[in-house]
Amino acid sequence: MATSQTLIDQGTFPNPFFHARGPLSSRLLELLRNAPNGDPGLDAAEALTAATDLVHDDDIQLTLFVLYGLHYGGVVDTSDEWEWHPSLIALRRTLEAAFEAELRAVVPVPALPEATSVAVASALFTLTGEDAGPSLSRFVAAKADTGQLAEFLIQRSIYTLKEADPHSWAIPRLSGRAKAALVEIQADEYGGGRPERMHAAIFAGTMRGLGLDDRYGSYVDNVPAITLASLNMMSMFGLNRRLRGAIAGHLAAFEMTSSIPNGLYSRGFKRNGFGSDVTWYFDEHVEADAVHEQIAGRDLAGSLAEDEPALLADILFGAAACLVVDGWAGQHMLDAWTAGESSLRVPLATVAGS
Amino acid sequence: MSDLNRAAPQIVACPNGPLLVRGELDLVTPEGDPIERKRRTIALCRCGVSAIKPFCDGTHKAIGFTTEV
Repeated sequence: MATSQTLIDQGTFPNPFFHARGPLSSRLLELLRNAPNGDPGLDAAEALTAATDLVHDDDIQLTLFVLYGLHYGGVVDTSDEWEWHPSLIALRRTLEAAFEAELRAVVPVPALPEATSVAVASALFTLTGEDAGPSLSRFVAAKADTGQLAEFLIQRSIYTLKEADPHSWAIPRLSGRAKAALVEIQADEYGGGRPERMHAAIFAGTMRGLGLDDRYGSYVDNVPAITLASLNMMSMFGLNRRLRGAIAGHLAAFEMTSSIPNGLYSRGFKRNGFGSDVTWYFDEHVEADAVHEQIAGRDLAGSLAEDEPALLADILFGAAACLVVDGWAGQHMLDAWTAGESSLRVPLATVAGS
Repeated sequence: MSDLNRAAPQIVACPNGPLLVRGELDLVTPEGDPIERKRRTIALCRCGVSAIKPFCDGTHKAIGFTTEV
């Protein structure tokens, strides 16, 4: 008994390259060291009771990140059998219910427009235009040093090395015009048939240009809960068909707040002496997202509202949630840098190029 | 190649924004030299302030550009 227990503790699979952040994520990572064997009896109640702010809770956001990672792959090296294990799906649903409730409580949703394509696109452009947001992009353009640029890439890498994947979950969950619009955008995100032009691949090149590790999840330990929450929210919206309005609204808001900031990010990297191998990612998004925002506003979100008017409120919720959560993530970086501190949870010992 | 590529191009006049172009057409300089088109669907500037003309860079939103259609 003692011998077999020792074997179980050692685990079949290697430790992930990041660490637990509390009892729940610790228990989950421990379980994933082995293939499933019966009901592991995971209980989120204690973690949910302990959490005062789910969006910023390290233990819960890391647990969700790992659970979604079983669907994406490349987060924890473990048995594929875990992906649809009833205990982990049950845990995910419990955490998602609490996370969604928290988002719905804190995200202000604007007055609903008419459920027409033109009115919805106009409302989304107004919402995203009013969002002054943190001036992260202006800081990066004018002030960020190389170390801060590296931190910026590290924070962004949690989503961007999987860029477009969370929204792709929505493709089979939509139909007709909205589906065609989403595929039109995603095909461009994935490089239009050329893998080297895939946005995630271009971003990996930007990371390498700053001497950073471009393998997915290399910097999980370094990023705060809010950075994980930003991706978790997208994964939740994309993986739950019920929330297809929210994922459509999220993508529209994401695209509508992208082209101008990316021009400023590019400027910040150029100012620090980086060349087009590093700025390609940002320059590409200036042009691409000026296209995508038009498609996402009218043909994706707008058509979806016309075809399924009951989803109108969630379209606006998803857009507003994108602005709020990514606003917090951006503000976190800005506050840290303005105070002369690192924005990372665990700062890098050394940063290449600085 | 396919009927899709031979289909007549479509230009969508986006309210307060660019001209969205879908389908195959020649995008050229006044001399007739091709202008590289990096994606299937492109947005052409019609507010005049884009820094990457003839393509749109989203700046129309920053200057309050409005259109009738």
